[in-house]
Amino acid sequence: MSDTLNIRTMADYAAAGEVPEVLFWVGCAGSFDDRAKKITKAFAKLLNGAGVKFAVLGQEESCTGDPARRAGNEFLFQMQAMQNIAVLNGYAVKRIVTACPHCFNTLKNEYPVLGGVYEVMHHTQFINTLFKEGKLKVKGGSFQGKRITFHDPCYLGRGNGEYEAPREVLAKLDIELVEMKRSRAKGLCCGAGGAQMFKEAEPGNKEVNVERSEEALGMQPSVIAAGCPFCNTMLTDGVKHFNKEGEVQVKDIAELIAEAADL
Amino acid sequence: MVSQIIFAIVFLAAVLFFAKNLRTIQRNILLGRTEDRNDRLGERMGVMARLALGQGKMVVRPIAGILHIIVYAGFVIINLEVLEIVIDGLIGTHRIFGSMGILYDVLIGSFEWLALAVLVACVIFLVRRLVLRIPRFWANEMTKWPKTDATLILVMEILLMGAFLKMNATDQVLAGRGVEHYTTAGSYPVSTWLRPFFESMSTGTVLAFERGFWWFHIVGILAFLNYLPYSKHFHILLAFPNTFYSNLFPKTQIKNMPRVAGEVKSMMDPSIPPPEPMVNNVAGTEVPERFGAKDVFDLTWKNLMDAYSCTECGRCTSECPANLTGKLLSPRKIMMDTRDRLEEVGKVIDVKGKWEDDGKSLHSYISDEELWACTTCNACTQACPINIDPVGIIIDMRRYSVMEESKSRPALTSMFTNVENNGAPWAFGPDKRMDWTQ
Repeated sequence: MSDTLNIRTMADYAAAGEVPEVLFWVGCAGSFDDRAKKITKAFAKLLNGAGVKFAVLGQEESCTGDPARRAGNEFLFQMQAMQNIAVLNGYAVKRIVTACPHCFNTLKNEYPVLGGVYEVMHHTQFINTLFKEGKLKVKGGSFQGKRITFHDPCYLGRGNGEYEAPREVLAKLDIELVEMKRSRAKGLCCGAGGAQMFKEAEPGNKEVNVERSEEALGMQPSVIAAGCPFCNTMLTDGVKHFNKEGEVQVKDIAELIAEAADL
Repeated sequence: MVSQIIFAIVFLAAVLFFAKNLRTIQRNILLGRTEDRNDRLGERMGVMARLALGQGKMVVRPIAGILHIIVYAGFVIINLEVLEIVIDGLIGTHRIFGSMGILYDVLIGSFEWLALAVLVACVIFLVRRLVLRIPRFWANEMTKWPKTDATLILVMEILLMGAFLKMNATDQVLAGRGVEHYTTAGSYPVSTWLRPFFESMSTGTVLAFERGFWWFHIVGILAFLNYLPYSKHFHILLAFPNTFYSNLFPKTQIKNMPRVAGEVKSMMDPSIPPPEPMVNNVAGTEVPERFGAKDVFDLTWKNLMDAYSCTECGRCTSECPANLTGKLLSPRKIMMDTRDRLEEVGKVIDVKGKWEDDGKSLHSYISDEELWACTTCNACTQACPINIDPVGIIIDMRRYSVMEESKSRPALTSMFTNVENNGAPWAFGPDKRMDWTQ
């Protein structure tokens, strides 16, 4: 069976004279990073499985400008933002869901003042809604009873106050959720934010992702659950640093649900 | 009569000197750029009530939090006593509220218990700092003065509380001996333990001690008041406005730069004229508007109020992922440097009568290595008990480095180029955007 997904773009919908329920903003990591592409795929399967009529922008999507703005290049941010807003408003987009908390934060908080006003959801919030509406069902499946710890993405948790949605979704898996000491508002960063993902770390005595992965591994989990493609990369690298990649998996919540739902 | 005149002079001088320093601080804070923080007043009152009045974030760390509440509540409540002292001092009465009977007893009684609690808490604070050497009080930026400042504050509070209790003890001895004016007023549940120490002394000596403690207590409080503007302890006043004017937007939302937005709009559509560059008047000198922050007056007034409000507790730094992993960045140092630079700018204005470029800037205090270590995770803004925001300063300083000086990190320059050319931070073109479906 081919694993190729049939995904429609906004342009496809427009050509067919249809309007999707929601735009899935894939993000650069979700489009280009090999690890993150799997998250994108899992989430798309999940949307299909729940019968959600969604579109992507495809070639018309461009970086939100988050790393440029955080690295001080406001001109570049503004150019990206205006270009994206022109595209989004051109399609009269109302609702956006994204699996990247950085895109989520920028689209939700930083675009409105520039004329881009949308209802923006993180994918864990969207999945949670699908469960509540009964459109998605899972039975613990392969993760039932497993020890899983959740790493709060800064841009979802502290940044936007969303701590519950990812946990409520994880609860559907009948897992044993073990919380790190530094979780929720006290969650420790993975080290990727503020454009650090795209540069070498400044001199120090430890990498931030190693510090965080050490804490996560200390919980003796079988899975470290993440909700951000950048956190995912950082934690995956951190787990490898401790040579634990054979025992502990780093997985996005969308992947866990898609697997459990056998999608 | 003589003592009343002396008291009036000392009191007036203390109040005037304090007011003068307050005005200087207000002027310095207002060197910052304007930013409207007078919206959502109800919400702001709520934040202030919860964080400043209610100490809501202090108790996240229970030991320090509870001890702090004791000192805070104790100090505020015991200072009601100052009202009586000032009235007595000015009109020459002794314990003018003593006639309130049982109410006075209850008040003085609770003041005494609180004074004891404050004293014990301050001793524990000193032990934490100097004996247990809790790491956040010994970090790099905690150089000689910040450590001395902290110790001085605690010692002063211990001395003041001690003077209050000893004043009451001698008062009781004099009352017991029926000395004129010292008619029994109040009950003294704590200071009564100190009575035996003074009982053996002659009435004249006890009287001298009582006056001595009384003067020490009130002059000490006035001196302490005037110490505040020079100290990190200024937070006891600014914590209230600083929480009131908190950032109410989501923590990771970075504030927009309308001028850059205008420039970009004009670039994309030449029919729109570019915005006129603004000129800021900094204490009588015109400084061109900059992209981002070169110096303190390029920050907003709220950034500058944050700097004066910081009491250097280091909760931010102790939770900063960069600092925890040995990087140079310490969010507390960002705030301390901002205040130090602002005070330096203020001194130039004091001396010259207006701002004159002194060849330095905020970047002379905060290095690029610090700025580029931040992950913008907002652990610092979350940890700060009074919502100080070091991240906003870091971002504005990065903006200056990048947009005015074309300085960042080589890998970031490549990232900018990629975003510009491909619309992605990596070297992948838009034609690859759907590859994930395969």
